[in-house]
Amino acid sequence: MKFIKFLLLGIVFGIVMAKSEAISWFRIQEMFRFQAFHMYGIIGTAVTLGVIGVALIKKFNIRDFHGNPILFLPKDKSVARYLIGGTIFGLGWALSGACPGPMVVNIGYGFLSMVVVFFFAIVGTYLYGVFMKKLPH
Amino acid sequence: MREIITQTWAWWFSGAMIASIMFFLLYFGQSFGFSSNLRTICAAAGLGKKTKFFDFNWKAQIWNIVFLIGSIIGGYIASQFLSSGQPVEISAATINDLSKMGIAAPASLQPQELFGWDAVFSLKGFLILAFGGLMVGFGSRYAGGCTSGHAISGLSNLQLPSLIAVIGFFIGGLAMTYLIMPLIF
Repeated sequence: MKFIKFLLLGIVFGIVMAKSEAISWFRIQEMFRFQAFHMYGIIGTAVTLGVIGVALIKKFNIRDFHGNPILFLPKDKSVARYLIGGTIFGLGWALSGACPGPMVVNIGYGFLSMVVVFFFAIVGTYLYGVFMKKLPH
Repeated sequence: MREIITQTWAWWFSGAMIASIMFFLLYFGQSFGFSSNLRTICAAAGLGKKTKFFDFNWKAQIWNIVFLIGSIIGGYIASQFLSSGQPVEISAATINDLSKMGIAAPASLQPQELFGWDAVFSLKGFLILAFGGLMVGFGSRYAGGCTSGHAISGLSNLQLPSLIAVIGFFIGGLAMTYLIMPLIF
């Protein structure tokens, strides 16, 4: 039962991503070609509200529902891993038109060929785990 | 009323809902990051026996797998009950650019040329989907996050690493869109 809230949040996430067409390959192409505001509006609104909310959580030391402080762990300092990893991610994002979340929303939507993309995303993550020691971080 | 639901939802509503989901996850003691699920799936499949990166307490991540299952259900609900069946209304400029690569104007949410079964069962079409997924999975773990973990959660916390990652997302995305895709299609 303790997982039902996460199931509900996931359902809302899936509906919102599908209904705002953020799961569409066409929308991602439109974004990378700078030909519409739609995707920038979605990400920009989320980040703007996110920055305000995170600042408020920190300022007022807001706690989670367990009563624990909400902690924001700083990410490891590096340039190489974020820039190289991010670039590889971007190549895949533009080609398949989906990042990991939208991949599975697409599967639920009925685009079952996205199973291929999602399966190979798992394979890609596995390959990273195998070769990570040899990569610059 | 029904039309408000079945038409394309506004960017501001979508953005506000995504931020809300992030805050709910924080309130429930977790954080918003979807690509972690890919690592969890590898660990749950037993790959941690040979590869240390997948040897961790993945059961603590089950909440995120439940979120993933929810998002599949959400996609199903959207298509079955909340959709008008209208194609994506992308800009005329994008339709024009894509037509030069042989991709027809939208007839649904996704192009048949990439996601139709004819494409999936052709060698080229299969390789496009496979390499696309491979790069997303490899790149997101290498960068330590995807759009949700870096672009939404990380930027909301003003993390410089996340900004660098998002710049990387765009370097890769623009290179694919303008340099590589014209060669592929």
